[in-house]
Amino acid sequence: MTLTATQAKVAPAVLPRSGGLRGALSDLFWRRPQLLLLLMLLPPVLWLGIVYIGSLFALLLQSFFSIDEFSGLINREFTLKTYGDLLQAANLDIILRTVTMAALVTLASAIIAFPIAYYAARYARGRWKALFYLGVMLPLWSSYLVKIYAWKLILAKEGILTWLLAKLHILWLLDGWLSLPIVGGNSLSVSATGTFIVFVYVWLPFMILPVQAALERVPGNLVEASSDLGASPGQTFRNVLFPLALPGIVAGSIFTFSLTLGDYIIPQIIGTSRLFIGQAVYSQQGTAGNIPLAAAFTVVPIVIMGFYLWGAKRMGAFDAL
Amino acid sequence: MTSAVSFQKVSRHFGSVRAVDAVDLDIVPGEFFAMLGPSGSGKTTCLRLIAGFEQPTAGSISIFGERAEGVPPYRRNVNTVFQDYALFPHLNVLDNVAYGLMVKGVGKPKRQKAAEEALSLVRLPGYGARRPGQLSGGQRQRVALARALVNQPKVLLLDEPLGALDLKLRENMQEELKSLQKALGITFVFVTHDQGEALSMADRVAVFNDGKIMQIGTPEDIYQRPRTRFVADFVGSSNVLPPDFVQRYSGQHRWGSLRPESIRVGRAAKGDGVAARLVSTNYLGATTRLALDADGLRLHAIVPAGAKLPREGEAVVLTFNREHLHLMDEPA
Repeated sequence: MTLTATQAKVAPAVLPRSGGLRGALSDLFWRRPQLLLLLMLLPPVLWLGIVYIGSLFALLLQSFFSIDEFSGLINREFTLKTYGDLLQAANLDIILRTVTMAALVTLASAIIAFPIAYYAARYARGRWKALFYLGVMLPLWSSYLVKIYAWKLILAKEGILTWLLAKLHILWLLDGWLSLPIVGGNSLSVSATGTFIVFVYVWLPFMILPVQAALERVPGNLVEASSDLGASPGQTFRNVLFPLALPGIVAGSIFTFSLTLGDYIIPQIIGTSRLFIGQAVYSQQGTAGNIPLAAAFTVVPIVIMGFYLWGAKRMGAFDAL
Repeated sequence: MTSAVSFQKVSRHFGSVRAVDAVDLDIVPGEFFAMLGPSGSGKTTCLRLIAGFEQPTAGSISIFGERAEGVPPYRRNVNTVFQDYALFPHLNVLDNVAYGLMVKGVGKPKRQKAAEEALSLVRLPGYGARRPGQLSGGQRQRVALARALVNQPKVLLLDEPLGALDLKLRENMQEELKSLQKALGITFVFVTHDQGEALSMADRVAVFNDGKIMQIGTPEDIYQRPRTRFVADFVGSSNVLPPDFVQRYSGQHRWGSLRPESIRVGRAAKGDGVAARLVSTNYLGATTRLALDADGLRLHAIVPAGAKLPREGEAVVLTFNREHLHLMDEPA
């Protein structure tokens, strides 16, 4: 008691500034927090503004040029001709195929992700929760290409899936499915169904995590309250859980949808020879040398995502991010 | 007469923890019943057993004569007001209140009318369009009440519903809840750790400790005639007196209790009584609480504000009316 009392008498009320530039800067930043913010933001803003948005803008500009069909040279005059080319049946077909695939992949991811996310948010504790995160994230740590080639083997005619179905005597089910038009093919690895399966596999973590985050924020007693008020489990799901998880589902679907729209490797390795937007961009800017058309193709996902985000924002999807 | 809620040897164990341990309980239809106890005493688990959120490990529960084991919450005509209200954040107030009717398939105009009426009942008419997030704590509490009452439950369960409110609001709500219960005639089962709240509102109180009911009785019974040391200490912080002390005044070798307000504190060497020393004084507004040391026995006395007090550390003499000394059932 006496010791602290004497200390209090000796100690100054205001401590001296720590020496040198560091002390002066600390005091300056404390007095003007906006200055610190500006210093911290300047590099990323420059990067984002010039390198990122700037190059995107340059790309956008390219889409308003056209290619001279005879010389193969780019005609740098403003025209909408390239966008006209985009509306040709063959190109429209590519766009439609990609958007349909992206929508189906998103829907399937949401359906598969929900129970997993629900379990993780509601029941998993401690070690099981850690295991959940590990299980969801682990596939993201290994190379994307390795996983896709692994799937190519799994889905091949000589692969483990065909073998397993044959053992279970339900190979006829797979054969029946593969004989269907559009979704079918010689084997799963060269069918649209195969592309779909691998897309869902690769993007699933991006759906599970936001849905889990959204469900995590739903207090458990809301489910109890709903049940208490007479709602069956199905009614509780429709009226309470689903509406409250929706922002998470929308956030996840932004990932799965846009990643599928832009991907060109999966449909290249697994699936039919029919092109997706990403592949069209790749071949137009590469072998065909038609940079304007490639640029115009790139604009399509941007526009679609723009509309999608606008809709998602109105549903309050960004609270969960 | 069938009980509103009846527990027969009901236990609920969580692993090795006996949250509720062989509890017998009968709640009379139309009464305001309080379950009082410290946290972890099993009172909330009992409430959850009635609501159906928990299933008993052993024993049987019946609600108005019907067996309730294995019956899910959504098939029990019992509603709960949750501690933190559990209002649905994505629905407005009217839809929150109408929720129970909505899931039962009542048409929109009819259920909205009923919800409006329930909101008027809790004095929140015209608040239907607001979101729960836009309401104050007291208003949310009323919405939660309306949401439960609109279903006309046979039993209304309230899980520390006033815990999150400030003192003034809590006192108002206590009165309102009590008059609402009188007017509606619904059986209310109220869980609280606040003994003042339980005593002032309930027709009967069950005092819980360690998963068991220590005593059931009217508030006066519980307060004036505690049966165990725990009840005496928990309800109104009575002075618990050891058997040797009690024997000197009553001739019986039993544990006793003495209310702090029954002790008079006088100057030393005036009349016979218990010699003590004043340890500290606590000013409480209307009263002052004195901590006293009677030869190693710690006692508390409450005296009206304005009384002339001895100084801290001074020797005093304590006197009390012998009939205020209550002998407890607990064996010495």
